[in-house]
Amino acid sequence: MARTASVQTKIGFTILAWAVALLLFSPILWTIVTAFKTEAEAIAAPPTFLPQTFTLENFADVQGRSDYIKHAWNSILVSVGSTLLGLVIAIPAAWSMAFAPTKRTKDILMWMLSTKMMPAVGVLIPIYLIFRDLRLLDTVHGLTLIMTLINLPIIIWMLYTYFKEIPVDILEAARMDGAELYDEIVHVLVPMAVPGIASTLLLNVILAWNEAFWTITLTSGRAGTLTAFISSFSSPQGLFLAKLSAASLLAIAPILLLGWFSQKQLVRGLTFGAVK
Amino acid sequence: MATRQTRTLARTMMAPAVILLFIWMIVPLVMTIWFSFQNYSLINPMMTGFAGWGNYAYVIGDPSFTQALVNTLLLVGGVLLITVIGGTFLALLLDQPIWGQGILRILVISPFFVMPPVAALIWKNGFMHPGYGMLGHLWKAFGLQPVDWFAQYPLFSVIVIVAWQWLPFATLILLTALQSLSEEQREAAEMDGAKAINRFRYIILPHMARAITIVILIQTIFLLGIFAEIRVTTGGGPGYASTNIAFLVFRTGILSNDIGAGSAGGVVAVIIANVVAIFLMRAVGKNLDA
Amino acid sequence: MGSITLEHVNKSFGEVEIIPDISLDIKDGEFVVFVGPSGCGKSTLLRLIAGLEDTTSGHIKLDGQDVTDAPPARRGLAMVFQSYALYPHMSVRDNIAFPLKMAKMPQAEIDKKVEYAARTLNLGSYLDRRPRALSGGQRQRVAIGRAIVREPKAFLFDEPLSNLDAALRVNMRLEITELHQQLKTTMIYVTHDQVEAMTMADRIVVLNAGNVEQFGSPLDLYKKPANRFVAGFIGSPRMNFVDGPEAEKHKAHSIGVRPEHFTLSTTAGAGQWSGTVNVAEQLGSDTFLHVEVDGLGLMTVRTDGDRTFAHGDKVYLTPDPNRIYRFDAAGKAI
Ligand SMILES: Nc1ncnc2c1ncn2[C@@H]1O[C@H](COP(=O)(O)OP(=O)(O)O)[C@@H](O)[C@H]1O
Ligand SMILES: [Mg+2]
Repeated sequence: MARTASVQTKIGFTILAWAVALLLFSPILWTIVTAFKTEAEAIAAPPTFLPQTFTLENFADVQGRSDYIKHAWNSILVSVGSTLLGLVIAIPAAWSMAFAPTKRTKDILMWMLSTKMMPAVGVLIPIYLIFRDLRLLDTVHGLTLIMTLINLPIIIWMLYTYFKEIPVDILEAARMDGAELYDEIVHVLVPMAVPGIASTLLLNVILAWNEAFWTITLTSGRAGTLTAFISSFSSPQGLFLAKLSAASLLAIAPILLLGWFSQKQLVRGLTFGAVK
Repeated sequence: MATRQTRTLARTMMAPAVILLFIWMIVPLVMTIWFSFQNYSLINPMMTGFAGWGNYAYVIGDPSFTQALVNTLLLVGGVLLITVIGGTFLALLLDQPIWGQGILRILVISPFFVMPPVAALIWKNGFMHPGYGMLGHLWKAFGLQPVDWFAQYPLFSVIVIVAWQWLPFATLILLTALQSLSEEQREAAEMDGAKAINRFRYIILPHMARAITIVILIQTIFLLGIFAEIRVTTGGGPGYASTNIAFLVFRTGILSNDIGAGSAGGVVAVIIANVVAIFLMRAVGKNLDA
Repeated sequence: MGSITLEHVNKSFGEVEIIPDISLDIKDGEFVVFVGPSGCGKSTLLRLIAGLEDTTSGHIKLDGQDVTDAPPARRGLAMVFQSYALYPHMSVRDNIAFPLKMAKMPQAEIDKKVEYAARTLNLGSYLDRRPRALSGGQRQRVAIGRAIVREPKAFLFDEPLSNLDAALRVNMRLEITELHQQLKTTMIYVTHDQVEAMTMADRIVVLNAGNVEQFGSPLDLYKKPANRFVAGFIGSPRMNFVDGPEAEKHKAHSIGVRPEHFTLSTTAGAGQWSGTVNVAEQLGSDTFLHVEVDGLGLMTVRTDGDRTFAHGDKVYLTPDPNRIYRFDAAGKAI
């Protein structure tokens, strides 16, 4: 290491950093411990830190009362489904832009990015009416379609930046070896871009999982995802602190784990490759 | 670098994505604009016909609009202020030689992965509730009267929640930028005997300027559309105290079923977002060539 | 079979014309080298033949058949890239087998051919490695293996040796030449190194700014360069050029003398030109002298390695009168 800080400085910075980090993490930590408390203990004053009586009852209750599993399954269907559908549409498009660019490629990329900036409320009403008329309201496939469209620009952009790093020579070698376009993409490009495609997939599953505008406005009971499910707890009568925490923990745990693995890709994806 | 055949193929391969996004962008937008000039209410079928600028006059003329606009600006501005300053500070801190850097990073980044309704509910019930929230307990511990945050400071409370969610994003991006400032560059500065404060001022800050710009622009795009946090905590109230433009459109169009007025609000939201977008496109566009 | 014919091929990238007009006739089984300075359009010409670029105008024929509009996958040519362009996610075995898989050959036959190619190229023990675990020379062999298994109509090489170190380069040069003698398949080989061109080619195409300066056998080019550019490009060290009154004595705009075509003397006055040794490069087998010739400038002279010279030595030079090349004002040989 080049910078040889004195041990005292290092101790000082470490304490400060941990204090701030724990403060930021405390709401999540609170959720985790409260989820395992009884309802009475959850609202006890003064509060306890660790559960005095450790219970798993809340989780069972959450499932029993509001069918966590159905909502989680909807979340999985929508987030994974929309990402896979997005990849199928985006891979050929990104191939075109990365390996056969024209003068207009840059404009098209910028235009795609610009669709991402359309505020959802600007199109909420027509989409709501179209969905109502096509009977797509509160359906998993309707929501999947919307989620695909809102994340498509990010998927294309991320794939584009990853594909740009692949030497075109190798694709040309495949063409010389007799590969048609399908073979070139399936047997050469995609396997080489596996890390990039995986990151793209991961980030977009996360974004779709956490999306909370369309899921809330376009679903009610049947196709509700976890975001809609949690939002239904906002009414006071449904409020039980420990159960709310259990439900919250169930809703965020899978994505928290995925998120920790994809920090780096997150930067690249959300800045459209501007920061790597 | 490609043959005519490849280019033709490329155009075909790009078509589905382009067509889908084009439809997605154009059709609803045109409909929104169309509705915004119509008298159209889902609960009052008698209300029909061309409205002219009526819906706009109604929406913009209403005091709730002015308030929503101000709230939107306060929300975006407040969150940006907290996240950029806090993020810079945190990024610098995490970049120091400290023990447990990996775990710290994970702790700090975590709030970003919490879905908005969960974030809002945790804060609302676990922290800001005057009866059993942690802040209430803390206030009591100091002998103070607990604050009913959402009743007394609704917008401020929403800002706190949203800032908590986005602080990790700013930190992560600024940290990434900071770490790409090569060790050598810093050593050189250290050799020159640059004092810590000067090093920050003349080397680190200019290097991070671009990343900060990007953070500001991207966050702005997302922050203009803040919705779930308001829906789950205050429902836009009390009154319109925590209603932003996005939520106002939802209230007017979906909750009150006034399609015409809601659409007019939507068009206004699009215009505001576009002004911001122009700046973002410029900044990101420059990086395309690099 | 693998004869390749270019008819008035023209290539522009946008506004920039890279290849104005080239016609060439490459016979089946020939080893043809495209040589020229960097940026002169060698790779572009090769890629046009490969089908990786399309002609702006003109026609390309393979065995008499017009393939101008055929995609690379349908031309039946194999290419070895400067970067080797191996598939990093595949083992050596799969790399070599890839073109056969694309040709939908039965697996048993693929295995047989891959084994055979690997044995020929000494790759037997590396078959299950990834390209990244191989040395430069080995990667080169894999690239060649991948090209030969499919028995193409012709091989295209784009500076295949430029990423190898000098010793390996000489080795691979020989191996490729041997491969050609064995397979007797048409090969087109692009290089900027005239030594490679001279040692490997049946015929050489000298390119300059997208134009063919001369197309002929190595010795032809050496003995009868068509113009000053070819004369200067072929032969190492370079030919010495003289213009002005000294050239006019030979009724030419300029004359050229190769370093090896001088008689050298140290006896005062025993030569047509006199000069001073600037630098002496003693290679053992030869000695190259950089001589500042009085009134004519710097010249390179080759002499045998047993004679030693030092900076400042006075020398006297006589060009071999039968081997003075004469050029007109346009640079054409007369
Ligand atoms: N895809 C391209 N677009 C524009 N110009 C190109 C392209 N490929 C090559 N060129 C230009 O064509 C010229 C010849 O390039 P190249 O054939 O690669 O030369 P060589 O292989 O002889 O070094 C160069 O000036 C190069 O800049
Ligand atoms: Mg080249």
